[in-house]
Amino acid sequence: MARELVGINAHPEASTDGYEVVHSKSEVFYPVYERKTDLKHQTHYCAGCGHGVVHKLIAEAIEELGLQDRTILVSPVGCSVFAYYYFDVGNVQVAHGRAPAAATGLHRACPDKVVIAYQGDGDLAAIGTAEIIHAANRGEKIAVFFVNNAIYGMTGGQMAPTTLVDQKSTTSPWGRRPVNEGFPLHMAEMLSSLQAPVYIERVALSDNKNIMKARRAVRKALELQRDGAGFSFVEILSPCPTIWGKDPVEAKRWVAEKMIPNFPLEVFRDHKIELPTNNAPPHKTVAELIEGKREEAAAPAPASAHHYRELGIKIAGFGGQGVLLLGQLLAEMGMREGLEVSWLPSYGPEMRSGSAHCQVWLSKEKIGSPLVSHPQVLVAMNEMSLRKFASEVAPGGIILYGRDQLPEDFTISQAQVVCIPASEIADRLGSAKVGNVVMVGALLEATECLHTTTAMKVLEAKVKNANLLELDRQALEAGRIYIDHHVAVGAVAQADGFTQ
Amino acid sequence: MRQLCKGNIAVIKGALLAGCRAYYGYPITPASEIAEAAALFFPEIGGTFVQAESETASINMVYGAAAAGMRVMTASSGPGLSLMQEGISYLAGAELPCVIVDVMRAGPGLGNIAPEQSDYFAMVKGGGHGNYRNLVLAPASVQEMAELTILAFDLADKYRNPAIVLTDGYVGQMMEPLDLEYREIAAPEKPWAVKGTPETRKNFVSSIYLEADDLEAHQRRMEAKYIRAQQNETRYEQYHTENAELLVVGYGIVSRVLRSAVDEARRLGIKVGLFRPITLWPFPTEQLKLAAARTQKVFVVELSNGQMVEDVRLALNGTRPVEFYGRVGGNVPSVEELVEKIEEQSAALV
Repeated sequence: MARELVGINAHPEASTDGYEVVHSKSEVFYPVYERKTDLKHQTHYCAGCGHGVVHKLIAEAIEELGLQDRTILVSPVGCSVFAYYYFDVGNVQVAHGRAPAAATGLHRACPDKVVIAYQGDGDLAAIGTAEIIHAANRGEKIAVFFVNNAIYGMTGGQMAPTTLVDQKSTTSPWGRRPVNEGFPLHMAEMLSSLQAPVYIERVALSDNKNIMKARRAVRKALELQRDGAGFSFVEILSPCPTIWGKDPVEAKRWVAEKMIPNFPLEVFRDHKIELPTNNAPPHKTVAELIEGKREEAAAPAPASAHHYRELGIKIAGFGGQGVLLLGQLLAEMGMREGLEVSWLPSYGPEMRSGSAHCQVWLSKEKIGSPLVSHPQVLVAMNEMSLRKFASEVAPGGIILYGRDQLPEDFTISQAQVVCIPASEIADRLGSAKVGNVVMVGALLEATECLHTTTAMKVLEAKVKNANLLELDRQALEAGRIYIDHHVAVGAVAQADGFTQ
Repeated sequence: MRQLCKGNIAVIKGALLAGCRAYYGYPITPASEIAEAAALFFPEIGGTFVQAESETASINMVYGAAAAGMRVMTASSGPGLSLMQEGISYLAGAELPCVIVDVMRAGPGLGNIAPEQSDYFAMVKGGGHGNYRNLVLAPASVQEMAELTILAFDLADKYRNPAIVLTDGYVGQMMEPLDLEYREIAAPEKPWAVKGTPETRKNFVSSIYLEADDLEAHQRRMEAKYIRAQQNETRYEQYHTENAELLVVGYGIVSRVLRSAVDEARRLGIKVGLFRPITLWPFPTEQLKLAAARTQKVFVVELSNGQMVEDVRLALNGTRPVEFYGRVGGNVPSVEELVEKIEEQSAALV
């Protein structure tokens, strides 16, 4: 520390040769600051700067608590960007304002370690406001030391979020005007509105008595980290003589006379917090998560079992009609029958605004485009879908329309249309929700593209509730029977027309 | 055993297999299923999932976890990746490995949520400040969403650099059979990490080099590893290029449509082949040159107004004419549309 050495103006070489160490310094500081380019025996801080004092308090607390080998210090951007020059602990330097986020990642990776985020006022209270509030709100087990000197020091004296009203800076040249810049931010008070933090105190480096209070606060914040207690935050009102244009003594007086009245010294939070431990996730193995449930795979069907080389299906309807699930069911069935399959949904707001569609390929060969621009089968669950997609259907294709009859003005020449009042059938079975399964039953009967037994196997794997499963079984059967009874067999036998 | 799986979910299955145990992210369509799967799975194996307050925070949480030596990831889509660019620059500068998934949607600005490939410049060429590169992998199937995520973790560790899985809304949202079985994947030791232990107390993670000479030396070291990556890590796929007169080039979802279009065009008697870059950085320059040398013309298709095509032109350096066709706004060309374009390009061949 600069103040602990004499001969500061001597030649800038990388040793303490020629200097007499007057006081010993904490062992948590490097003996020589090798990461510095020159003047490796002293800090880069100005005479009378508060950072030097705060560094000393932190280093001594780490030493006293025996935490040196367990501590990771996160250096910010600002005058303390080079905190890693001095602290002989694990060091990580981060982007402006992001120390609480990086500290979150560090501590979650090393949960039994002590992680310190050291930040200035621009870093913490301007660019990093979101990060500090949310880290505090999550109760991250980190100690944050917030050095508030009401000014941007490193960049040469611009206004800070904590700059006082009427205080001049290079970017508030007439003094901070609330009409233009608002009022100083009170971070300790703001964070005190949150539930999770365990310790929040504001201290000041205005005189020796307050420095001793700061020392106790720093130590306490680190003790809480040693014990894994929760989020701790110490705001330290600190002098910046150089930028303030004052000598060190005046600067300390300014802290006492100007800053403390604006930023009251107080313990805002000091309590233990018991976090609820409900809804704990179950333990699983990676293999279980990656491979999914071990389900009985259908024996791959012989190639001759499917009468097409590839089959493109489009399914469309209102959101809530189970359109996407219907497509997934077909894709899953195809996969179990040894086919290559793809399923591509419409997604996002389109889905939420009431209509949905998906596109499914069943193929004996590797699938190129997952888009189905000319489906051989269109399942249109409502009139809008019928009108929107019917013209896309490939010549010789089939449209399964989920109503009992076509709209009067609707005609189509290239494809056959089969009407199935799926919702009504589902209603009669007891749940409108299985309308999509009725359509699957009808589709399988009308096109013979996949096997009903596979459909039941997939449903058995996916539907846990026995009553619902029985309902699905009935719905599949009802769809099949409807086609069987209402549609001329000869007509649907044109399913072979899908073959390309 | 094959399972029907969504592309976005496959990313997380790959990540789990690769030993990733930390996920920090923020929801965005069409990438949200990645965060949702991470939220469901990571805590079940003792890993960490945190929904951050922003993508800015996410990427800096990734920075912290990576500094501690974790295999860590995040995922987002264009607008979120724009916010992450700051962090990606710091990660690259501090030489921290991590995996970032970009499920591209249409921009600029809010654009829409339909697929585009318009983040190519932002991810492949940089986007954050400073001299750095991202390793960029471009999956075209659900299987590759898992496999290339695993590869991304390996490459990120190998080169101590962020690796990007650059995909799009369709590959993220689609379902296909995924064949993934548990296997041991060893992550390398990271003696440089900062873990709060006596052995790692001396370690320091940073992107600051205050002196010009130091920063230049640092960047030279980074350049050297980028050259090693260019020599060793290019990946690509060719389809029917053997006797092709016209070479079509596309990645991701476009390569899937092109594959169907090549099949159809070949049925029409057109000698066309497909070159699909799998690594977008390092770009498979030499392999593309070889493939193009056997053809008369190169035709690039993208869901952009022409981004990767610049790398194709740089690679071929005027040795072959390079034509371009792009769809944007969330429109994905149909097979028929691309067959028509291939016919036009082919007819113009001498």
